[in-house]
Amino acid sequence: MSSASGRARKEPAWVRLLLIGIAVAYLAVFLVAPIAAVFTQAFAKGLSAYLHSFADRTAYSAMLLTLLAVVISVPLNLIFGLAAAWAVTKFRFTGRSLLVTLIDLPISVSPVISGLVFVLLFGMQGLFGPWLSDHGIKVIFAVPGIILATLFVTFPYVARELIPLMETQGTEDEEAALSLGANGWQTFWRVTLPNIKWGLLYGAILTTARAVGEFGAVSVVSGHIRGKTNTIPLHIEILYNEYQFVAAFALSSLLVMVALLTLVVKSIVARRAQTQLGRLAPATVEE
Amino acid sequence: MSISIQAISKGFGDHAALTDVSLEIESGELVALLGPSGAGKTTLLRIIGGLETPDAGRVLFHGQDATEKSLRERRVGFVFQHYALFRHMSVFENVAFGLRVRPRETRPPEPELRRRVTELLELVHLGSMAQRLPSQLSGGQRQRVALARALAVEPSVLLLDEPFGALDAKVRQELRRWLRRLHDEIHVTSVFVTHDQEEAMEVADRVVIMNAGRIEQVGTPEEVYHRPTSQFVYNFIGNVNLFQGRVEGERAYVGGVGVALPEWARAGATTARIAIRPHLLELSREPDGSEYFTACVDHINPAGPLVKVQLTAQWGEPFQVEVSQERYRLLAIERGLELFVSLKDERVFVDTSDDSLMHGEGI
Repeated sequence: MSSASGRARKEPAWVRLLLIGIAVAYLAVFLVAPIAAVFTQAFAKGLSAYLHSFADRTAYSAMLLTLLAVVISVPLNLIFGLAAAWAVTKFRFTGRSLLVTLIDLPISVSPVISGLVFVLLFGMQGLFGPWLSDHGIKVIFAVPGIILATLFVTFPYVARELIPLMETQGTEDEEAALSLGANGWQTFWRVTLPNIKWGLLYGAILTTARAVGEFGAVSVVSGHIRGKTNTIPLHIEILYNEYQFVAAFALSSLLVMVALLTLVVKSIVARRAQTQLGRLAPATVEE
Repeated sequence: MSISIQAISKGFGDHAALTDVSLEIESGELVALLGPSGAGKTTLLRIIGGLETPDAGRVLFHGQDATEKSLRERRVGFVFQHYALFRHMSVFENVAFGLRVRPRETRPPEPELRRRVTELLELVHLGSMAQRLPSQLSGGQRQRVALARALAVEPSVLLLDEPFGALDAKVRQELRRWLRRLHDEIHVTSVFVTHDQEEAMEVADRVVIMNAGRIEQVGTPEEVYHRPTSQFVYNFIGNVNLFQGRVEGERAYVGGVGVALPEWARAGATTARIAIRPHLLELSREPDGSEYFTACVDHINPAGPLVKVQLTAQWGEPFQVEVSQERYRLLAIERGLELFVSLKDERVFVDTSDDSLMHGEGI
């Protein structure tokens, strides 16, 4: 291996420069430039115009609704993801691999379909639509629909983080805790949770990022009622279509900041999760 | 506490891991479950500990049925092959875990807890490591922490699953002597699983030899080595040469060397499998009056206390003989040399059945 990496280091300078150049250029065009553009546009009419965009009542309600979607979907998906990962990794049962496949469904299916599913279930022409409207419950084109769609598109993230982690860790720690007299709760809080906390946090961050940024699925169920059923991404689209560029990009800059923050936290957490896994490695020093 | 295992069976899907296994373990005994991988040793250990439930049969602790009792209620100390230490807790907290999770009424007060954990860490010679994380310890140290942690709850039974399996040879040897001494000090009924016969022989009071989900033989290390009751045990414990022999009258013959047939030999058998340990064969330059066959030296390994000589019998079967260094020099053994082979001791195993699973008394 050392000889292979040694060879790699001896690549001629122009090859290295070319490769680095391509990578940097690519990043510049597709990542740095758009982000820069977002901020340039957002501040095109100065700081006060930028800040003013957030003071708008409809923008405010869009932010509130997005926050609501996050606050509801993150804890629920943490619980669901943990339960699913626990079931899949600690037990063997029929339908286990089907469950693993189903967990991935929202990632493989188009967001538009994810939204449409709920329209077909709860819309006026849908399966439960008439019953719901008889009882005065509005799901589609209302807040509950947005929450449902967000839950659906974000539910794989926690489970997908936890399943490989818990698979490597096995069940021995839990068995050890039980044999030492711990009950189920004590085992969970003192042994399982500390073992997976970084994976759990990582999953929560990904869930948050997706919940904040989701457009397609939410767009289908939202109905785009200003100040009522618009999340930040939906509101941005409306503003843009109405040529309110400063306002549109100001809100976009918010999303970009959430994304950047996610990246930073993610890289910290990923490193911690790595050490958590790394501690499983065999002892380095023998006595 | 004594353990009584009664007619335990356990299957995983189509695979029968244990078939009708019964075993009595005396209070204070140190017992080894020995066998090749897939023999069902670990499954049996996990059933004793309550980590698995048997399909049939019962486990009694001190005469009381424990089959339905959960892991928590059995008060067993379980030591895992890969330690299963809690990664995020210090050595001290690992050992203290079993005391901290007790209900408030029975939990010892903090000073008492500290005293007990410190005592246990001294017992496993890790007093100075209390504040380290498991990741900062060597494999051998980790396993000693695991042992101290299991002992902290004052278990009535200590179960160890391949406790030294993940360690290298040197540390392994040290630790198993240490385990033996520890057991002599604290006398808790202990069962450990191993596939290493040397380990089982050195550490255990009694050895339980398992094969394919059944118990082949239970006995002291001396008994299973010198008086194996089945060909499997004879093969599994120590090195062995297998010869295809013929039956003439009351005796079975390997070349010119005859051994008495066991009582249980099949009437009318014409062939027999004869198993002879390498150190029970004698090599000489001249026939010395005893029965013999001749063989040709293929290979010599003189490293070690005994010289291992590979030979081919006159009819083509390869086998191994162990001779002392003195004898090796006296005979001036070299490759290609033709030697006379005779039997020092009739502690051989003769099997006249066609299937080698047939049990019986050796001679």
